[in-house]
Amino acid sequence: MTTYRAEIQITLKPSVLDPAGTAITKGLQQQQYAGVQQVRIGKYIELILTAADAATAHAQVERLCQEVLTNPVIETYRFRLEAGE
Amino acid sequence: MKCGIVVFPGSNCDRDVAWVTEHLLGLPTRFIWHEETDLGALDLVILPGGFSYGDYLRCGVLARFSPVMQAVVRHAQQGKWVLGVCNGFQILTEVGLLPGTLMRNRELRFICDTVPVRVERHDLPWTCQYQVGQRLMLPIAHGEGCYYADPDVLRELEQQRQVVFRYLPPNPNGSLADIAGICNRQGNVLGMMPHPERASDSDLGNTDGLGLFQGLVAWYAKNAMPNPGL
Repeated sequence: MTTYRAEIQITLKPSVLDPAGTAITKGLQQQQYAGVQQVRIGKYIELILTAADAATAHAQVERLCQEVLTNPVIETYRFRLEAGE
Repeated sequence: MKCGIVVFPGSNCDRDVAWVTEHLLGLPTRFIWHEETDLGALDLVILPGGFSYGDYLRCGVLARFSPVMQAVVRHAQQGKWVLGVCNGFQILTEVGLLPGTLMRNRELRFICDTVPVRVERHDLPWTCQYQVGQRLMLPIAHGEGCYYADPDVLRELEQQRQVVFRYLPPNPNGSLADIAGICNRQGNVLGMMPHPERASDSDLGNTDGLGLFQGLVAWYAKNAMPNPGL
């Protein structure tokens, strides 16, 4: 078994209004950061797991994301997987 | 009519609900620790408000993995009554007994208030003591109560008349279609953000929520068993 480390990023789907992101966008634009076009807030999760190989680890993280870590009604995700802690 | 109130780590409205079912209405009521797997012969299971598992990850998501939830899903599948209030509503959407989800309030603030809510239908056990269009003043207390669902799901909710309660203007939290409470298609599972149990004891100055529990008692007396009759 090999140990893998997954770095998962979760954000609201583009079609879902992100009120926190919108508030920050407006705040930044009112300061000296006029070039800021959009801010989206999300979650970042680090996960260590063991699996037989990278493909199995990938499938496990995929399943975890779909079934638990995200709510498919409003959220989307992407992740990076690498061997070692 | 036997009532069970599920207690998760972080539930905090369980005793308020028991005060209504047991003390005010005299119904046999027991608390169900979330590790239990057998509900016994309950007619009504209530998932109370609170902050189960500290609202970590997402409100209600971790409660889904409590052993008791499989029994609650079976209970619902048998057509028996399940009521989720506030965090209980969030849990019902996470476990898939109700569609959609509850997002962060539009204004990003936790809201603790008493707001006007409209009864949308009264052919359900939950609302048979109310009139369609009746205005109830009900307490709300939530940070994530903004109902959201895809347009297709929203359309289906309206077509199947699953919206049971709607906020009257001004919509406090940004819920789509002003949704404050919905039921499943069969009508035996109800989720709502307002707290009827906090508006049931006349000593607290508001009994607008008591009719919901009285409706169940009346329905049960007439039909002998929970049956939405739809």
